[in-house]
Amino acid sequence: MADAPGEAAPTSSSKDPSSFLSEIHGAPITVKLNSGVEYKGELQSVDGYMNIALENTEEYVNGERKNRYGDVFIRGNNVLYISADK
Amino acid sequence: MADTENGTSAVAEPLDLVRLSLDEVVFVKLRGDRELRGRLHAYDSHCNLVLGEVEETIYVVDEDDDDTIRTVKKNSEMLFVRGDSVVIIATTT
Repeated sequence: MADAPGEAAPTSSSKDPSSFLSEIHGAPITVKLNSGVEYKGELQSVDGYMNIALENTEEYVNGERKNRYGDVFIRGNNVLYISADK
Repeated sequence: MADTENGTSAVAEPLDLVRLSLDEVVFVKLRGDRELRGRLHAYDSHCNLVLGEVEETIYVVDEDDDDTIRTVKKNSEMLFVRGDSVVIIATTT
């Protein structure tokens, strides 16, 4: 029934979510938490728990910038999504 | 092994950032609108933390006026924080 795995994959260079994450290392990203708070910064690293290390981070609450941090560690359980910024 | 000394390569995984903050003053955001600022003495993979000389800030919504947010400050000499309430750990410079 199913052919070779990955055959019907969407036309993207990524094969799975973790390769998406490895592609955006060092790039500017937005992380949205379950609370709605967003963090924008450069991705330093991610681990299997989706813990995230960000550099030059800005915190947005209700779309307004509230804080700036140098380096931020985000505990993975709070993450709603990770978005690659343009 | 050898390249754990210099710059960003020291952050191979997110928890390395926390390791680099040992004995530094960190800012910790917790669930329940609480924030801590204190010196990081110890941590583990659950983000359980031991902080010293901690200032805790609690944000509470005023009972009769929902628009006003009060802050309550508490100071502790030493605090053990259970990891599951940690949201972010930020370095302070």
